[in-house]
Amino acid sequence: MTTAPTPVPAPAAADPSGGPGAPGTATAPPAARPTARPTRRRPRGGAWLATVPLLAFFLVGFGLPAVAIVTGAFTVSSDAESGAGSFTTANLTDSVQGAYWTALVSSVKLSALTALIGTVLGVPIAQAVLTSRFRLLREAVLTASGVLANFGGLPLAFAFVATLGNAGELTKAFHLTDHGWSLYSFTGLAVTYLYFLVPLMVLTITPALEGLRLQWREAARNNRATTPQYWRHVALPILFPSLLGGFVLLFGSAFAAYATAAAMVGATVPLISRQIADALSGNVLVGQGNLALALSLDMIIVAVLVMAVYLPLQRRSARWLS
Amino acid sequence: MAQLNPRPRLWRWAVLLPAGLYFLVPMAASVWFSIDDADGISFDAYTGLLSAPGFTDSLVLTLELAAVTVVVLLLLLVPAMIAVRIGAPKLRPVLEVVCTLPLVVPPVALTAGLIGVLRWGPDHLMDTPFFQTFVFVQQPEFPLVLVIAYVLMALPLAHRALDSGLRAVDVRTLVEAARNCGASWPRAVVSAIVPNLRGALLNAAFLTLALVLGEFTTASILGYQPFAVWIYSVGNSRGQMSVAVSVLSLLITWVLLLLLAAAGRERRHQTAATS
Repeated sequence: MTTAPTPVPAPAAADPSGGPGAPGTATAPPAARPTARPTRRRPRGGAWLATVPLLAFFLVGFGLPAVAIVTGAFTVSSDAESGAGSFTTANLTDSVQGAYWTALVSSVKLSALTALIGTVLGVPIAQAVLTSRFRLLREAVLTASGVLANFGGLPLAFAFVATLGNAGELTKAFHLTDHGWSLYSFTGLAVTYLYFLVPLMVLTITPALEGLRLQWREAARNNRATTPQYWRHVALPILFPSLLGGFVLLFGSAFAAYATAAAMVGATVPLISRQIADALSGNVLVGQGNLALALSLDMIIVAVLVMAVYLPLQRRSARWLS
Repeated sequence: MAQLNPRPRLWRWAVLLPAGLYFLVPMAASVWFSIDDADGISFDAYTGLLSAPGFTDSLVLTLELAAVTVVVLLLLLVPAMIAVRIGAPKLRPVLEVVCTLPLVVPPVALTAGLIGVLRWGPDHLMDTPFFQTFVFVQQPEFPLVLVIAYVLMALPLAHRALDSGLRAVDVRTLVEAARNCGASWPRAVVSAIVPNLRGALLNAAFLTLALVLGEFTTASILGYQPFAVWIYSVGNSRGQMSVAVSVLSLLITWVLLLLLAAAGRERRHQTAATS
């Protein structure tokens, strides 16, 4: 690194000893090119073979269930009295009515709310950590975010039950139940979800915040922009696609979450994921066995719609923050 | 930055202090809850774990599932991703779609679909050889159907981890260099690319491991009892023990991630020194 860039040595053909190169190329320099070609071209012909196992696995493991969901959602359950296997839209209409509709709406509400709060809280935390002088704090928070973002499911539920549940330590210490607190509610579930959603946001938004260049801030300063003005007119518009991407990711995580809610709230907060699990374990009326598949289809449609908002925007952010 | 922001950084503490409280208090409370006893402090919840019925069985099953999932996932994904980089760029969008689609199918929905497929077995394929496959996939000692589900769920995570790793490596040049030195194709990939991907591979493996260790939805609905499902059943009868397991699982995740960070840092130093 300290030496000046040396000129590229003469090609191997000029060196009679041949070096590590194959003897054939050393003795016949003009032939070197044609022999190099096939080695380059061969992978182009056969490389796709390496993708075959993955694609085959995906077709069977993912394709078949997908087909099962779609066909099942539109056919009469096999346990129905008549017409099993024939086409129907009854499953789908049932799945967006009554208790199921309530559950879907409540799932979407919970996910949207927690994703929004997670986004709003995650950005200042990430920014506070990133601009901190303490390297150690930065590393610690980022590592902790990595751990906590993966800390979903049952352990999270039990940790919160131990903290804020009816017999939880904080509940007992501050007599929270007397003040109307209950973990087994919409609010309680939202507080719990934020425990893994906020770290997820910190992880997601950190690269984008790191991509904000100091020069942009200086330029804004030189034009007498205040800090709020800088954020409002420069930073946030650039960050917007990343923020939306983070929101979509958080929404997806909250929407798909099942274990936490199952272990914590039971049936007090209706959620679509729990309804599907119930339907799968046979807690439905006779003849509605395929309802679970229709509910799954609803869930996938919601997730696809949310993702569809995000994907076109992803490219825009890549332009600025590369 | 310091000159740009002359005001005292109160906002930073106003942000970090409540956040710190929110994240640390549940951990502290859980630890306290798990050792708090009527007559002082007791570690029974932790010491009793090993002798609890089902603990070892479910833990072993989960670790086996995790190991098989990681191996299958990497064996499927790594060759495909490398191939797309060096020889089949046209398949790249296909690969990206394949690795993104599982994101829009929540685990519950995937499970519903899997159950739908598994039901075809007894319904339509009773007399065909395929039926044996269905039985084999669902055997209670080692439910392969869970491995299928976990590989699918981990695909997006692992893809992202490996993609960022591959982006930092000039795959084509490395392979061509190895090929020019006379290495065969598999050899070039294994000895030139894979070592450069160590960090990304570890990262992908860790994310998959964390996913499998904590996965509850699919296993519980399909009726198997890996570790997460076992914790759930314990939680119903012995609350303290379930919290103890939660604390332990958090600790294990920490340790794994710290190991990973250490491995990654080593890697970064090496690449920084060579570039």
